[in-house]
Amino acid sequence: MNILKGYKKDDEESGGNPFLRLEKSAVLQETRTFNDNVINSRKCATVLTKVLCILNQGVTMNSTEATEVFFATTKLFQSKDISLRRLVYLAIKEMSTIADDVIIVTSSLTKDMTGKEEEYRASAIRALCTILDASMMQSIERYMKQAIVDRNPAVSSAALVSSLHLCRKGSGDIVKRWVNEVQEALSSDNVMVQYHAMGLLYHIRKHDRLAVSKMVTKLTRSSMRSAHGYCLLIRIACQVMEEEERSSNSVLYDFLETCLRHKSEMVVYEAARAMVNLNNVTARELQPAVSVLQMFLTSAKPTVRFAAVKTLNQISMIHPEAVTTCNVDLENLISDTNRSIATLAITTLLKTGSEASVERLMKQISSFMSEISDEFKTIVVEAIRSVCVKFPRKHHILMTFLSSMLREEGGFEYKRAIVCTIITIIEENPDAKESGLSHLCEFIEDCEHVELATRILHLLGREGPRSPKPHRFIRYIYNRVLLEAPPVRAAAVTSLAKFGASCDSLLDSVLVLLDRCLMDGDDEVRDRALLYFEILKQKQKALTSRYILSDLTVSVVGLERALMQYCSQPQETSFDLKTVPIETIPVGPAKSIGERTPGASVQKPGALAASKQDVYAKQLAAIPEFADLGPLFKSSDRPVELTESETEYVVRCVKHTFNKHLVLQFDVTNTLNDQLLEEVRVEVEESEGWSIVTSVPIPSLPYGKPTSTYTLLEMEDATQVSGTFLNTLKFNVRDCDPTTGEPESVQGFPDEYVLENLEVVVADHVQRVIRPNFAASWDEIGDENQVEETFALSTMRDIPDAVNQIITFMGMQPCERSDKVDPDKPSHSLLLAGVYRGGHDVLVKARLARSAAQGVNMKITVRSPDMNACEIIAGAVG
Amino acid sequence: MGSFLSSLFSSLWGSKELRVLILGLDGAGKTTILYRLQVGEVVTTIPTIGFNVETVTYKNLKFQVWDLGGQTSIRPYWRCYYANTDAIIYVVDSADRDRLAISKSELVSMLEEEELRTALLMVFANKQDMEGAMTPSEISSALGLSALKSRTWAIFKTSAIKGEGLEDAMEWLVNSLKGTTS
Repeated sequence: MNILKGYKKDDEESGGNPFLRLEKSAVLQETRTFNDNVINSRKCATVLTKVLCILNQGVTMNSTEATEVFFATTKLFQSKDISLRRLVYLAIKEMSTIADDVIIVTSSLTKDMTGKEEEYRASAIRALCTILDASMMQSIERYMKQAIVDRNPAVSSAALVSSLHLCRKGSGDIVKRWVNEVQEALSSDNVMVQYHAMGLLYHIRKHDRLAVSKMVTKLTRSSMRSAHGYCLLIRIACQVMEEEERSSNSVLYDFLETCLRHKSEMVVYEAARAMVNLNNVTARELQPAVSVLQMFLTSAKPTVRFAAVKTLNQISMIHPEAVTTCNVDLENLISDTNRSIATLAITTLLKTGSEASVERLMKQISSFMSEISDEFKTIVVEAIRSVCVKFPRKHHILMTFLSSMLREEGGFEYKRAIVCTIITIIEENPDAKESGLSHLCEFIEDCEHVELATRILHLLGREGPRSPKPHRFIRYIYNRVLLEAPPVRAAAVTSLAKFGASCDSLLDSVLVLLDRCLMDGDDEVRDRALLYFEILKQKQKALTSRYILSDLTVSVVGLERALMQYCSQPQETSFDLKTVPIETIPVGPAKSIGERTPGASVQKPGALAASKQDVYAKQLAAIPEFADLGPLFKSSDRPVELTESETEYVVRCVKHTFNKHLVLQFDVTNTLNDQLLEEVRVEVEESEGWSIVTSVPIPSLPYGKPTSTYTLLEMEDATQVSGTFLNTLKFNVRDCDPTTGEPESVQGFPDEYVLENLEVVVADHVQRVIRPNFAASWDEIGDENQVEETFALSTMRDIPDAVNQIITFMGMQPCERSDKVDPDKPSHSLLLAGVYRGGHDVLVKARLARSAAQGVNMKITVRSPDMNACEIIAGAVG
Repeated sequence: MGSFLSSLFSSLWGSKELRVLILGLDGAGKTTILYRLQVGEVVTTIPTIGFNVETVTYKNLKFQVWDLGGQTSIRPYWRCYYANTDAIIYVVDSADRDRLAISKSELVSMLEEEELRTALLMVFANKQDMEGAMTPSEISSALGLSALKSRTWAIFKTSAIKGEGLEDAMEWLVNSLKGTTS
């Protein structure tokens, strides 16, 4: 009693909160009181709370300290004080990962979990499951099974949730054995137990597609009591629908529709959101979802309004017309006291409204821009980006708005979103270019973010020289050389050099400026300046085009590997850049506005991650048969399916092109769990001009593990590019036990399976590259090797169609955005760049004109240092 | 006034709970002894991973009894619980002749610990109900108990299942503790 009083006094003297400014060493010292013979539970509870408090404040204990505290804490099991015991459970959970030998409390917790004291049981289960490893599971399995079906809902829930955690910790196989108990819990009267049981059941079965879909079908028919359970079921159902064919699952779609009429708001919202997120959903299918969301817009609860308007905003990105019915309600929300709701309402209206309302809405946004957080400002920026695409004529007012936003305070993410938006607008809309560039110039005058400054300088170097008055940018760029950090200075020097290379009128001035940079304190800046200065001084177009205007086309990861290899084995010859694989450019337009995930359209920094081709190159290099083929030139973009997707054996093919060889990689998947395949190989029938060198079979192919077999083909002469191959999958079958995968029969029997034909085309021999300055590169190659041909493409519907097909046939990269066709113009010119197998640059100019009769007429000019490459590319179409 | 008297009384006799450890190899019957002492019944047990702790009252004396698991992997943790121990109950499976040597070495190394210097030692020759059980004197000599000079110790013939011998042991414990504490 005395101790207690004294303790209280201490409390008051220290100013009330004993948990402020805790010192680790002091707290650790206090834990010694746990070792006292007689436990003062009140005092120990406070000390233990302090321990928990510092752990949660991020104080780190090393394992010795933690173990000492942990063992002291175990002594508290002698106290019968309920609140102290529950704190002990918390401490055990908190320290289970940092202290050693935590299994020491297993028996005590097992006793509490099965004991008579109801207050202990649920918490004891949770604590017990955090300290167990897989090897200890057996000993408590029986108790867990009992707990799952316990009559006390708290105990049952705790057991279910803990089992879920155990699954994640790698004890999934043992938890799977409790599935009957979990099923029983699923029919519990308690909503929480029902929800948790469903979560666990799904987790146990989630790798078995059939079982999941059965479970969903069954559950959608029964009526659950738990609203949370419904929400989870909706999510699982969506996943099932995504994996299966949409059409076959109208049952699940109907289920979503019935959920829209559920009595719980949460379930209704979840169902609406699920419908919105379905793949390829049409505007008409969205109608029921939109109308419930519209009802939510007038709800009294801010969270409900927020959820509804957020989802509508998401819909408006893809199907603005579906949301127009809500416009009146959205207008009312503009004045909502919750600024987040108001922002979302306005940005939604921007996307759904008419051109005339843009000005009014922009004015309304600006009135409270300063009151909302960066995150919502970013949403506004995203909205402006899509408005710009929709109403290009409004670019002036939007651009002004963006530039004023740039001038205001804001974090990096927000600024980056604005800069990205301005860049997109400049790229999409030539009219906006001038004003956009000058806004960006102003921005870099006072920009603290190195990444943005270098990005803008790069853009200026690319776009600036082509503007009517290039000289006005020079001042901004040179200011960077004088004022900024080394990375920005280096970028500025490069940008200056590009002006010098592209604009003859500015060349002399640029030379003077670069000369001044030669004394810079930073190595990189000085090196760049010197290189550019010397090159520009030569005044040779070919030289400047090659070393200043063109970017590095090789893959950075590939270059690193090639250089390392070169350095590790000293060689007589100098390093040849042509042996480095060329960087693969992702197929298709980078990211369109109508993308599902707003905000994610900003490209991730650090694109240095190994591309798919680099991964392939590494895999192939590891196979001894392919060691002498030289560097990998190209791997086909996506695998070709050689079987239907639902057959017994699934085979896909990736084509790898080398200088004189072609490697066919067949990824084979065995989908029969009662068969083990051995000596699996694909037999390719030779066709003219191709000879089979060798093939690498798969020794053993168990169920469900995709493995690759390879066939190496040699191209007999350099003009060899295309061919059709007949393929047969050959293998030995052995029956095996479906559960263990152990083979049952000693000997197998040979079998074969006919695959679809494989086409090798011109595009497989061409790698895409970007030529930022196409005209300069064109002149650099010259007209020594040039092929000109004219085609009448009668099968192509119109010019956009023709452009797409030509790009696919040739496998080349469209330059200067010449793949964007104005559908109203009668003719179009397409510029393509690529590298042909063997490292020969190829450039193509194609003039397309709508034909009077039918289809499209095309005249193409191909230039390459290699005549052979010219002819092959010219022959690719037709 | 009443509270004053009672606090005076308790300070004279047993103000603190006495701390007793039950140790021994796995399967010797430690957990069964603990619950036999606490509730007077035989409970079904599983191998103890860690420890059990219970309060046992005998003749108005409160004992805080710690039963520590005896598996090889858990024995290293015994020392974490040595501090402030008044008495040790060392349980031996009298029918397990093969492991008596291991039991002896664990006992010897435990008794060398500084923290247990003043603790009383009771050896329970348990499982006397089993056929072929060794007698206490056989066990005593096998464990080398007679060599213990500076320690108060005793050996008891017990059967936790039948509840035999435990009463005698507790009686001895109470008397011995009176001798040392007063």
